[in-house]
Amino acid sequence: MSFLTYLISGLSLGSIYAIIALGYTMVYGIAKMLNFAHGDFIMVGCYIIFSVSGALAGNSLVGIVVAIILCTLLGITTEFVAYRPLRGAASPLAVLITAIGVSYFLENVALLIFGADIKSFTSVIKWEGLTFADGQLRIQGVTIVTILVSLLVLLVLQTFIKRTKQGQAMLAVAEDKGAAALMGINVNQTIMLTFAIGSALAAIAGALLCSAYPSLSPYTGAMPGIKAFVAAVLGGIGSIPGAMIGGLLLGIVEILSKTYISSQLSDAIVFGILVIVLLVRPTGILGKVIQEKV
Amino acid sequence: MALLEVNNLCISFGGLRAVDDFNITIEKGELYGLIGPNGAGKTTVFNLLTGVYKPNEGIIRLDGEDITRKSTIEINHAGVARTFQNIRLFKNMPVIDNVKVGLNERFKYSTLEGILHLGKYRKVEKEIDDEAMRLLKVFDLDSERDTLAANLPYGKQRKLEIARAMATNPKLLLLDEPAAGMNPNETKELMETIALVRSKFDMTILLIEHDMKLVSGICEKLTVLNFGRVLCQGETKEVLANPEVITAYLGG
Repeated sequence: MSFLTYLISGLSLGSIYAIIALGYTMVYGIAKMLNFAHGDFIMVGCYIIFSVSGALAGNSLVGIVVAIILCTLLGITTEFVAYRPLRGAASPLAVLITAIGVSYFLENVALLIFGADIKSFTSVIKWEGLTFADGQLRIQGVTIVTILVSLLVLLVLQTFIKRTKQGQAMLAVAEDKGAAALMGINVNQTIMLTFAIGSALAAIAGALLCSAYPSLSPYTGAMPGIKAFVAAVLGGIGSIPGAMIGGLLLGIVEILSKTYISSQLSDAIVFGILVIVLLVRPTGILGKVIQEKV
Repeated sequence: MALLEVNNLCISFGGLRAVDDFNITIEKGELYGLIGPNGAGKTTVFNLLTGVYKPNEGIIRLDGEDITRKSTIEINHAGVARTFQNIRLFKNMPVIDNVKVGLNERFKYSTLEGILHLGKYRKVEKEIDDEAMRLLKVFDLDSERDTLAANLPYGKQRKLEIARAMATNPKLLLLDEPAAGMNPNETKELMETIALVRSKFDMTILLIEHDMKLVSGICEKLTVLNFGRVLCQGETKEVLANPEVITAYLGG
């Protein structure tokens, strides 16, 4: 029974990684850039929920809605101010370094406003959860909600990209920006929408992350951000189902190795798996293997 | 009034004048050929006409509207669509989705309606689907609607590129070496496709081509480019009989 409990809690952590990884992978797949500030959008989302809920005496639902809206605006603004001017830059490194700069900027702004002390976050999910087999197996409400939300997000995102004209524009921009522009697709607007959706996902991930691990500091988003990036690469960066699979896998491996091997070594094991997968399959689990024609 | 009017178009890359004092006037409904040796600047002219490059000098007018400094997207919306010398389809997308990308800007509903599948979403998506199928039928590609563009045979890829360009509802269609890499049969079919586009859509076409059989067979007027400059311009028969043109092509 205890193995099942750990597996489920791994799934739950993995679902959070998956939602963050979806944001990473979308922005990478469509705008062809790594937004290393993505993890910090999560932290911003958490602080917004924390502040709004505090001001409204624990009404966290309003907090989540406000966080989603503000994070979306933050994503759009960041893209417009920091990334768009560099889109034509000679080296893709320019925008990568900028993203790291944005990350530090957000962390330090949070430090300035909220201070370095760890805030205790009240879970946005009040549900106790379910108990099975005479109390031997307990699944917390936050675990169930997290898993369901991540599946819902995956489903909505997939249908949005496959079945709407905005999604089709995204796919076209992902394949060939130049040809898309010549067919009248507004490339800038499409990339902006990608950032907006990615950032909204970061806010949702933030609400779930801080509900499961209720401590909040300016660096809350950093490590989950990096692990979600690993998850996206593991699954095949640019692939939406890949991000989901990579996220779930990473969460399960992390929790199981924490339990059965060593809690100190768990991160080493997670990153070790990344190295091995990339050695065997450089494009990740679901990434396309591109064959160079000779 | 001419549909396309280009005056004194110039662009330099470093010290090289890639296009120098280029002029062309195309009337509505004409099929116009742009020919010249390799490296003469033909594709550069196309890139100038579609806003990929901005000219150093000169003016481009489409239907009387100055489009010289407009962005690629604005020029497309103004009514210029093109195909590419090296096919640039969205290869990982199905045939029908390639056409839908061309239709994308002509149909509107909000992102929120798209996410929630509410409001105008269903109606407009149905319209897009119908219009895409109508175009695919015209180009006889409807049986391939779900094939990935990358898996189409070469001739059909060229055809799909034309269908995708037509989906943006242009006034002027630019075809960049549509017969490149085609066998005689495929070229024949291409000529039929071009004739179809003219008759069905009443389209004005400017095409770059090396295949002289195709050029002399279908173009009404020609402009010959050599080293970025217009060498000769006029009715196809006269131009092809011009000794200077023969020299430029066969070498002196």
